[in-house]
Amino acid sequence: MIELPLLVLLATPLLGGIVLALLGARSWAAEINSLMSGCTFAISVWLAIVVIGSGPQTAFQEQFFIDQFNVFLVALTAFVAFTTSLFSRPYMRIEQHHGKLSTAMLHLYYSMYQLFTFTMLVALTTNNMGIIWVAMEAATLTTVLLVSLYRTPASLEAAWKYFILCGVGIALALFGTILLYFAAQRVLGSGGTALLWTHLNQVKGQLEPTVLKLAFVFLLVGYGTKIGLVPLHSWLPDAHAEGPTPVSAVLSGLLLNVALCAVMRSKVLVDGSLGNHFSGNLMMGFGLLSLVVAALFLSRQKDIKRMFAYSSIEHMGLITFSFGMGGQVATFAALLHMTMHSLTKSAIFFAVGHAVQKTGTQQMDHIRGLIHVSPTVGWGLMLGSLAILGMPPFGVFASEFLIITSAMHDYPWTTPFLLTALGIAFAAIFGRVQPMVYGQTSAKALPHTPALIPVFLHLLLVLILGLYMPPYLANWYRQAAALLS
Amino acid sequence: MQIPLILQFVNLLASILLLVVFAMLAQRRILSLINLFAWQGGILALSTFVVAYSTRQHHLYYSAGLTLVLKVLLLPWLLHRLIRKLQIRQEVETLINIPTTMLVGIGLVIFSFNLAAPIAELAQGITRGLIGIALASVLLSLLMMMTRRKAITQVVAFLSLENSLFFAATSATQGMPLVVEFGIALDVLVATFIFGIFFFQIRETFDSLDISHMEKLKDD
Repeated sequence: MIELPLLVLLATPLLGGIVLALLGARSWAAEINSLMSGCTFAISVWLAIVVIGSGPQTAFQEQFFIDQFNVFLVALTAFVAFTTSLFSRPYMRIEQHHGKLSTAMLHLYYSMYQLFTFTMLVALTTNNMGIIWVAMEAATLTTVLLVSLYRTPASLEAAWKYFILCGVGIALALFGTILLYFAAQRVLGSGGTALLWTHLNQVKGQLEPTVLKLAFVFLLVGYGTKIGLVPLHSWLPDAHAEGPTPVSAVLSGLLLNVALCAVMRSKVLVDGSLGNHFSGNLMMGFGLLSLVVAALFLSRQKDIKRMFAYSSIEHMGLITFSFGMGGQVATFAALLHMTMHSLTKSAIFFAVGHAVQKTGTQQMDHIRGLIHVSPTVGWGLMLGSLAILGMPPFGVFASEFLIITSAMHDYPWTTPFLLTALGIAFAAIFGRVQPMVYGQTSAKALPHTPALIPVFLHLLLVLILGLYMPPYLANWYRQAAALLS
Repeated sequence: MQIPLILQFVNLLASILLLVVFAMLAQRRILSLINLFAWQGGILALSTFVVAYSTRQHHLYYSAGLTLVLKVLLLPWLLHRLIRKLQIRQEVETLINIPTTMLVGIGLVIFSFNLAAPIAELAQGITRGLIGIALASVLLSLLMMMTRRKAITQVVAFLSLENSLFFAATSATQGMPLVVEFGIALDVLVATFIFGIFFFQIRETFDSLDISHMEKLKDD
């Protein structure tokens, strides 16, 4: 029943990538890219409706598994990938006019963009813990050449660091997967089924706890590198700052979520086997550390994209912490925060991209008075920053409020850390954004029309979800949270 | 208890593998390092073949063949071609303090055996002790990545890491499902191509393949 939408969902970006690669450098590649991403989003909605209606199910000889949790991420991924493709069409053209990108580079960008979407969707929908690994590695491979797209010394360095660090990290995750398979073989026998998550989930109580404990440490460290958890985060600010802005937006808004999804799949198995809070404690520890360290680093940043990259580390830390706490409410809050962070952060990167194009620098000291030059860019950046800082009535406020109240209830000692870190982050980001938006400037207006519909669309969604959560959506999140806790 | 001959053979191969990783850790010449990497692949293919023969797992024959083609023939050939094109065949890398690196390496081996001990006890027959060796090779390859300053030797270290993981998979679990192994092999192949592209980009930009040029991005 879900075979058809699933097949089309995966085939669309794959086909898009191949077509865009084969067609060569055409002037309408950007339109094809948006069209393919739009189709992918429409199909993901179809898939979500089917799955919410009929519950979790497997497809293609159990190689794929869709439940309320991953279909939520599929829909979110497809949506942000679609809006980012809309944003990148004019953005990349302006970059080309500025002489920063050649036609050949754009050709690479569009085909890799589609293939990147494909790898993320495979990682989300597969039922095989081994294929999750393969797809995560492929996601690194498709984006690494995009990070070095500008061929500047700094971008090459960032891409090299990204490649090596994520390669090593993901290698550790493979060792974790091997250990998981080793434990599973003793229960399920060797062969194809012993890595299938649905099968593992049924027998998780019989899996050997000592092996699973070690496996989870490797999996968390491995995929944690991709999530950007401190102390494995050092690739993330570089890759976000030096790559093209649409790539920063999808890396930050989507790839980090996908890695977190892989960790959550492992966590469910390990919790079932160990029967204690081992995995939760590890995740809480890593999450809290990331939150605090990233908040402290925020105020020291000079580059605008680096600053928002650290803000991503901070928020991923908060989400990991919240998943680590476990329980219905905290998991619900973490899922909600994942949504809000993806939407808000990509909106911010869109606005930042145009601000940088206008002023020609990423140094925050040189960006001033956006509101005078281009009111929409200025307002987009201001509202996006307020939203990500958790100001009501935006949705981030609701999710952070839920996370903090459940932390107060279950782990009161963490509250001071959480509140201090969020406070420092607020001061750092607001203090930086305010002069950039309202300061005095002599810069001239942008000659091109910026593409700001995606920015305000995202912020509008975050605002609406902050004010009113439709029962259909709330129910969906509740079902997903129930599957994870 | 008498250990079956075939198991002794696998154990022998495993120890040779560990020795090769140590040899790579201390190897200064780029050309020799690539040859050692090819040897590592050869041992891996042979041990996979032996495990396949003794456990009668047919799909392991395929992965032994895949290892032979990919890691003994294709990847070393690609690397040889690369260093010829980049004209760094004869280059020697200055490694600081090899004795200390070796001592740290021995420490890592002991650590891995300790870490793997509870798991090794669960393993039946063929796998005892091998998990420790596999984990040790993984950590030694990581150490190699940290001590190297040239882009190409870092990549060889990365591929050696991949080999060690593959060894862990065949020895501990009699091989991952075939679809996963093919996926991993594809990823490694694509990664090597991308590394190749990178070498040229890095050389063009920095006039050297020394990664010490690439330590500019820092938080002040």
